Amino acid sequence: MRRRRFLRAVGAVLAAPALPAAAQAFLPRRDLAALVASVTGGATPSREGIALEVPALAENGNSVAFRVRVESPMTESDHVRAIHVLSERNPRERVALFHLGPASGRAEVTTRIRLAVGQRIAVVAALSGGRFRLAEAAVEVTAAACIDEGT
Amino acid sequence: MALGRIQVQAMARRGEVVEARVLIRHAMETGFRREADGRAVPMNVVNTVACRHAGREVFRAELGSGISANPYFAFWFRAEESGEVTVEWVDDAGERGVASARIEVS
Repeated sequence: MRRRRFLRAVGAVLAAPALPAAAQAFLPRRDLAALVASVTGGATPSREGIALEVPALAENGNSVAFRVRVESPMTESDHVRAIHVLSERNPRERVALFHLGPASGRAEVTTRIRLAVGQRIAVVAALSGGRFRLAEAAVEVTAAACIDEGT
Repeated sequence: MALGRIQVQAMARRGEVVEARVLIRHAMETGFRREADGRAVPMNVVNTVACRHAGREVFRAELGSGISANPYFAFWFRAEESGEVTVEWVDDAGERGVASARIEVS
């Protein structure tokens, strides 16, 4: 009896570290279109004049090169106000929100993002006239970024 | 104070659009990580980065845990007058940082 209780206790201890891994495998795929609509307020974005540069294959999900570029004169009357970066399968769907304006001169932002698993990424640019532009890209992640390990 | 820096070219013509590069030293804790003893490490990320030049905000970023540790940003701004290009940031713990670079505009 005592041995059985002991084995059960050991089993519980061994099983505990496996839980975050299970949580990691269960990262539901969000509806990117719905996420985009939540940003645009339902307006249909144009897919012209915007480029999203991410690698098709990333070795390390903890640091994935990211660049977004929007064609715009960036004047007072016609500029990019904001760029939303949205994730399909990260634990948090909003990766970043960049605010730009005429003082920016050029609508281009470069950074490094985290991807918990291979997924699609969407960028939505909000233009000064109330219009939107959208670009999407898929990234495969070989060494899946850990959501339960640092950096 | 949190460590970080901003780099811009030393000189520019008035109205020229120049690149600024910002690097901040920060772990960008996601809140999903655990210590060896099982305690959860609380989320603490740089949540806002803002850059100003010539009295105007030229760039602002709202961030979450989806940005890599030691966040890096490159963006552009219109060089309007000689002076500082200043970037400020704050994390979830309220710790602030500031860095600046000088640009001569002719």
